Amino acid sequence: MKRIVTLAAAAALFAGASASAQTVKVGLFSEPSAMDPHYHNLGPNNAFSSNVYESLILQDESQKLTPGLAVSWKPVNDTTWEFKLRKGVKFHDGSDFNADDVIFTFERAPNVANSPSTFGTYLKGKSFKKIDDYTVHAITEKPYPLMPVDLSQVWIISSDVGADVTTAQFNSGKAAIGTGQYKFIEWKPGDTILIERNDGYWGDKAAFERVEVKPIKSNPSRVAALLAGDVDFIDNVPTADIERLKTESDIVLASGISNRVIYLHMDRFRDDSPYITGTNGKNPLFDLRVRKAISKAINREAIVARVMEGVAIPAGQLLPPGFFGTSENLKAEPYDPEGAKKLLAEAGYPDGFGLTIHGPNDRYINDAKIAQAIGQMLTRIGIKMKVETMPKSVFFSSASRGGPNKTPKYSFILVGWGSGTGEASSPLKSLVHSKDAANGFGASNRGRYSNPEADKLIEEALATVDDAKREALLAKATEIAINDLAIIPLHYQVNTWATRKEAGLKYLPRTDERTQFRSLVKQ
Amino acid sequence: MWAYLTRRLAQAIAVVFVMAVIVFFGVNVIGNPVDILINPEFTEAEYQQAIRALGLHLPLHEQFFVFLSNALEGDLGISFVWGEPALKLIAQRLPATLELAGAAMFLSIVLGVPLGMYAGTKPHSWVSKSIVSGSILGFSLPTFWVGIMMIMVFAVMLGILPSTGRGDTVEVFGIEWSFLTWNGLTHLAMPAVNLALTNIALVIRLSRAGTREVMLQDYIKFARAKGLSQRRITLVHVLKNTLIPVVTVLGLELGSLIAFSVVTETVFAWPGMGKLIIESIQVLDRPIVVAYLMLTVLLFVTINFLVDIVYSLLDPRVRVSGAGK
Repeated sequence: MKRIVTLAAAAALFAGASASAQTVKVGLFSEPSAMDPHYHNLGPNNAFSSNVYESLILQDESQKLTPGLAVSWKPVNDTTWEFKLRKGVKFHDGSDFNADDVIFTFERAPNVANSPSTFGTYLKGKSFKKIDDYTVHAITEKPYPLMPVDLSQVWIISSDVGADVTTAQFNSGKAAIGTGQYKFIEWKPGDTILIERNDGYWGDKAAFERVEVKPIKSNPSRVAALLAGDVDFIDNVPTADIERLKTESDIVLASGISNRVIYLHMDRFRDDSPYITGTNGKNPLFDLRVRKAISKAINREAIVARVMEGVAIPAGQLLPPGFFGTSENLKAEPYDPEGAKKLLAEAGYPDGFGLTIHGPNDRYINDAKIAQAIGQMLTRIGIKMKVETMPKSVFFSSASRGGPNKTPKYSFILVGWGSGTGEASSPLKSLVHSKDAANGFGASNRGRYSNPEADKLIEEALATVDDAKREALLAKATEIAINDLAIIPLHYQVNTWATRKEAGLKYLPRTDERTQFRSLVKQ
Repeated sequence: MWAYLTRRLAQAIAVVFVMAVIVFFGVNVIGNPVDILINPEFTEAEYQQAIRALGLHLPLHEQFFVFLSNALEGDLGISFVWGEPALKLIAQRLPATLELAGAAMFLSIVLGVPLGMYAGTKPHSWVSKSIVSGSILGFSLPTFWVGIMMIMVFAVMLGILPSTGRGDTVEVFGIEWSFLTWNGLTHLAMPAVNLALTNIALVIRLSRAGTREVMLQDYIKFARAKGLSQRRITLVHVLKNTLIPVVTVLGLELGSLIAFSVVTETVFAWPGMGKLIIESIQVLDRPIVVAYLMLTVLLFVTINFLVDIVYSLLDPRVRVSGAGK
């Protein structure tokens, strides 16, 4: 402890002069909104929580499940999963971890006051039972294969903090006690977050004594801070700067494919779609030939090369191949403008029709530019395109429920989907399955696509505990959806992180797009 | 004068109320915060839960009355994003912004007034001409670009100043200030200069014009005739009379510096209110936006009030005419 204090004092004295080998300074694009790991179920918060807290099951860099606070898990019958907990794990305050903490966490996590996005997503409909100090049963009414994936998203906290613990108590550090590689020290919102190595960690100890996180939202400033050596590591390297950074000898770039597909969603429920003109009230997007024409007219290679500066991968399905439940038979649609024109003519639109593409301009990498490129490409096959992009704060509400009776407002939109679970069930459930609010299906199906055959396969997959069978069902559902062009996939996002060579760091790119210091290692 | 001040106070309260109505309803017609804040893998039930958690299930006019009755008790709502009281979050970041605005104001005065007066007293020297043409740059270059250029030159190329963030702080009266440490000062230098540029140019222009006008007045001729030194004439008689328009404008500018230092704070990742507000707007954190705008209104009303008082101290005529009413 004394050593830590001395080091802290030394770091304070020399802060800004040079980053000592033991202190890593990080320039982060998005700041977490709380230190309470159950307050806000969203990317930046979950990424940061992963440093201080752990879940029963961890996800590695490619979202494969690995043992965390649970050493093993298996279904003991159709509706019960058994988790064997790790022994000898201590929380940062020295108390022991056991089943009581797990039960306590699962009771608290879905019920945090004012939570804008609840962890109930992963816990609802499940009951948990302590069998002994190191065994927990998770019980559902119906067979539920996603149990391990769901529980890998919930951060375990110490039951010692008490049931009435508040988000503010986590923010002040009083209750921010986890089992993770790093201990929480201090958070000055908008300014810094400090964490320190947990020397009592059960697994591989953290590579660094201290991590100092600075939120720097502005892209050029974040890159400049790295170049100036004020920070050793940044995330969300803007695509426009990648070429320049490659020429810097003291910067190391790490790029990795993400689980996020950028795609087009089409109005599949209105005959007279509001942003389609020149068709006498018919909706051409109902016709597979028209959808196929649109897909063929898009030059994915060109978008990747020009708009994304080479930092993306053309997409042919809902998740990059290799992820659980993807199909080996689906390839990105090749560019074929002539074929597209022919299909349009066959469908009865030789002169095209009027169509507006709507999209956000501050959500995905280069989103507005992609929408413009799509507009130009579709104009070339005769569709009279208009492009409208807007801030995400306006776009998503309208796109989801901006029309009459809370229906989606637009006819043709550019959006993205990241699969939090790392398997195809996530996009299939939310984007492809028919909208079914009661059973939680199709929540982001903004085209209101509906295909009973796909629905049936998805539901069947979600009730199949056997991994091999489920994987085959998901792949089948993906093929049906993509061959019917329920959505038109464009590309998979590639994320880039950058480190300074002199700091001797290397980041292992993560498919879940998270910036977490477990994946930041010494070179 | 008291009658005048009372009337101004009543006006101010009316302005604050009207603003509360406009701001609240204006902010609430844009989008839906839940769509931004919720995890994309939500189901309909979770969506409804989030709507209730944020209090958005009530009809808008009811939300307004809840807001208004809480506001009268000094509670401007709980941030959707941060889950803590909006006022607390703004107050947390106020010192950083005040420090930045104060430093910028200080630079505008200590650089702007002497340069402007010099250019006014010797309008034909080449130094004056370069000061005046240089001030055009201060007006015309966009803050964002200048900020990035400064970072490139002083942080990346020369490596003499830190690129972003706020440096070490010292706690005085329970508030953290960074201008009291060397490290803090180096962090403050670039953002302060960047924020001050426009105002330095403005003050140069105002004091130059003021000086040239005052120099021709009869009382300056009289002072010369009385045999006062040029130094005394400039530093006392000219300076005092030049300052009136400068104070008026700087009073209003101080408000702008505090309330709208958004660009500078974003470029330099300065943890102040400006950065908070712009990020809150992007994710529709309505309580923060409303609280912030309400505070801004209060700030401007107060500053205008104070400016009126400073006027009367600088210019006896205002005092006299105020008393006459």
